[in-house]
Amino acid sequence: MGAPTLFTHTNPTTTTPFLSQPIEVCVGSLHNIPLGEGRAYRVGSETIAVFRQRNGKVFAIQNECPHRGGPLSEGILGAGSVICPFHAWKVNVETGECVSDPCTLRTYPVRLDGESIYLKVEA
Amino acid sequence: MNPQQNSRPYSNSERKQKIVVIGNGMAGARAAEEILSRQRDTVEVVIFGDEPYGNYNRILLSNVLTGSQDAKSIFLNPLSWYVENDVTLHAGVRVTAIDRENRRVCGTNGVSETYDTLLFATGSRPFVPPVEGVDKGGVFVFRTIDDCAHIADWAKNCETAVVLGGGLLGLEAARGLLTHGVDVTVLEAAPYLMPQQLDVEGGKILAQTMEAMGVRVLTSAKSVKVVGSSDVEGVLLADGTTLQCDMLVISCGIRANLELARESGLQTERGILVDDQMRTADPNVFAVGECVQHRGATYGLVAPLYEQARVVADVITGVNPNAGYHGSRLATKLKVMGVELASMGRMADAQQGDEIVTYSEPGHGVYKKIIVRGDKIVAGCLLGETDTASALMSLYEKNDDCPVRRADMLFGKASQAGGDDILTLADDALLCSCNQVTKAKVIEVIGQGKTSVLSIGGCTKAGTGCGGCRGLVQQCIEAFAGNVAPDPSANWYVPGVPMSKPELVAAIQAKGLKSVSAVYQALAGGKDDPASKPGLASLLKSLWHDEYIDERDSRYINDRVHANIQKDATFSVIPRMFGGITSADELRRIADVADKYNVPMVKVTGGQRIDLLGVKKEDLPAIWNELGMPSGHAYTKAFRTCKTCVGTEFCRYGVGDSTTLGVKFEKRFQGVEFPHKLKMAVSGCPRNCAEATVKDIGVVAIETGWEIVIGGAAGSRVRAADLLARVGTHDEAIRIVGRFMQYYRENAKYMERTAAFVERLGIEPIRDVIVNDTEGIGERLDREIQAAVDAYIDPWSEANEPVHPKQFNALIPLEPVLATSKR
Repeated sequence: MGAPTLFTHTNPTTTTPFLSQPIEVCVGSLHNIPLGEGRAYRVGSETIAVFRQRNGKVFAIQNECPHRGGPLSEGILGAGSVICPFHAWKVNVETGECVSDPCTLRTYPVRLDGESIYLKVEA
Repeated sequence: MNPQQNSRPYSNSERKQKIVVIGNGMAGARAAEEILSRQRDTVEVVIFGDEPYGNYNRILLSNVLTGSQDAKSIFLNPLSWYVENDVTLHAGVRVTAIDRENRRVCGTNGVSETYDTLLFATGSRPFVPPVEGVDKGGVFVFRTIDDCAHIADWAKNCETAVVLGGGLLGLEAARGLLTHGVDVTVLEAAPYLMPQQLDVEGGKILAQTMEAMGVRVLTSAKSVKVVGSSDVEGVLLADGTTLQCDMLVISCGIRANLELARESGLQTERGILVDDQMRTADPNVFAVGECVQHRGATYGLVAPLYEQARVVADVITGVNPNAGYHGSRLATKLKVMGVELASMGRMADAQQGDEIVTYSEPGHGVYKKIIVRGDKIVAGCLLGETDTASALMSLYEKNDDCPVRRADMLFGKASQAGGDDILTLADDALLCSCNQVTKAKVIEVIGQGKTSVLSIGGCTKAGTGCGGCRGLVQQCIEAFAGNVAPDPSANWYVPGVPMSKPELVAAIQAKGLKSVSAVYQALAGGKDDPASKPGLASLLKSLWHDEYIDERDSRYINDRVHANIQKDATFSVIPRMFGGITSADELRRIADVADKYNVPMVKVTGGQRIDLLGVKKEDLPAIWNELGMPSGHAYTKAFRTCKTCVGTEFCRYGVGDSTTLGVKFEKRFQGVEFPHKLKMAVSGCPRNCAEATVKDIGVVAIETGWEIVIGGAAGSRVRAADLLARVGTHDEAIRIVGRFMQYYRENAKYMERTAAFVERLGIEPIRDVIVNDTEGIGERLDREIQAAVDAYIDPWSEANEPVHPKQFNALIPLEPVLATSKR
């Protein structure tokens, strides 16, 4: 089995953003994401899960679940949280807080321009 | 209803076969139903019943007396059933004479009917001992709806009552009278209670329990006279004492109603004599039910009656003229005034040299005794604690050898993991190995008010993996939650909507909520709790069928892409191989796909099919297309697979065609959804190479047909399946299995496997509904499962018609045109 390329980035809690510049990246149309679901995007070295909640809110968070690396973009979304498809860890997609563990995932500010989704990431 | 219309002479061969049933009780009406289900178009059914009602479930009369059930609710066939089924019912008409020579039945009110076939189902009546004074006011028997009403009515003005007879029915009558605020004394002529089911010691322990509940028990009490002027005032006993009472209920057993049979010249002893086809010496006259004596035995329980009704219907309609009733081994599970009792055979049948295995714990009302002869159970009773009853009754009914370690018959698993264990367990011991949750952690959240297994699982994950520790978590709750306020969410169907399942169903139906988002809007203030989505989706689909509005975001990833997600976010693809049978052609296509898509592992599964592991999400549609095989549903809560052994097709030992039956099951039920996954197997002989007895539903060939077993499991816990039914043919097996499937679909909790479901409901109640159709829902269940079968669509057809353009994309590439714009 080849290395799972989705999960190769470093642990978010150890990154040092001092030297980086925030830039805004357009990841495409809102309609690429089915209503109420999420999809993953590769931006630079990071894989980001973008969620389109049924109430119109859009969230972006690191795709990798801190537990065993499950792809959060494949999880079930609702009420501002996603449930990891691997072992049902629950993560707040707005704050990045993990419900059953004292860790925080990296989140990314989102801006909508018409149907286009823009994420603010470190360069 | 005009009898004159039916009095044409018996000669015209095109005329319908006219069947006259005498008796509209549980046996007569059931026989009529069985007959109509076989030959609706070529028979005409006429029923005489001397009660002016439709047919009701006599077993539930004690509930009517206690007021826990309304009289209306115990009717099996209301009068409208007879109209809808073109059955002529002479309600309130008693048959007075039978002219067998001219095949004519005459009743009261001048009603007269000719017959081609006559069926006696005259049942029995309460035995009233020949004691002086039993004709006084305030003396009752306990047999009919009217008796219930009269007893309840009289009890209003009574302070004390005596029940004559300490058998099951007498004790039920005593329970009924207690609820009417009457002081009750039970008199039993034998030295102990329930002499049919218990022995001296068991009877004494039961008496203690009864006394603790407020019923006085007098045994070895012979009544000689009912005293009083016009109404009963007391009972005089043989020892000269008089027991004062304002009413007397007689419950001294039953006697078959035989007068009519005798007068028409049929042979009777304790019942009407019949052969294995339920036929009397007159080839046109049959008999079923409590009025029958078959191979020397008479029966007063419902299961033998219903079996007789099936046999008589097969024979009378000619569907199976060789059908035979071979007698019943009686094993029942009862509740006597809330005390559990399981009984097999008769304790009195013990002989010298028998092995007696007993356990007695009078302080807790527990008594267990099994009589073993040559490794077979002859008789047994379990009183007060019946956790091994299902296994024992199965051994008894099948006449199988009992376990070498005899204690296993008396003590279930529960006693190994009893209440004390959790207390002796160290605080840092793991309760949940799947999620590494310690006892201390569970106790901590109990202290925070989490007092249900569900809510503890919600915050610690204990019990959410294999589920094997849920019993321990429950014990923790019982041991440590004594002073903690109960958690109201314990009864909620899903954590995100504050309602129990019945409340939720009612609200969904009242408001016409057909999608998960609509439920959240209407019932949860718009908060769409993600953990509740799949459960709600499952419920809505089962309620609305094709009206259900399917929102894919409510599905787990597996059900969005019809494949099982793996630890590296790739997927596994398992195509269906009906009954585990494949072909060179299919194997060639699988090999080609594995090559072309670099599938890292190709593995044979435990369910007798082939798993392609490590498939990329994007490749799923193309792989399905190139396989050209339907989905095996190995990723979802649905019918999975039917494992088979080769059976009579090749095996030297096979006694049944297991592969053909397995393929039939799989073709029929593929894709049907359930509250949890459902696995099947069919074995061609009792050697059981397909391991059918640890499947959700298993079918095992025996010399006379097939045994259907349910509730088996071989996952985190192993459980042997319980025997549901024995049937003769593939078609019967398919019908019974389908019926159970629908019942499970409707009544199981979300995520409840059949093993837990069968344990929660008990095998006997399930068998009553599925096999004996005591609730009269059998045909509806058959229709509903047929609708589910008809609705089958291969989910892999979404390969060519995805529900969303990006349904099978994990990673969406950035669109270069829009790429980056610095701000």
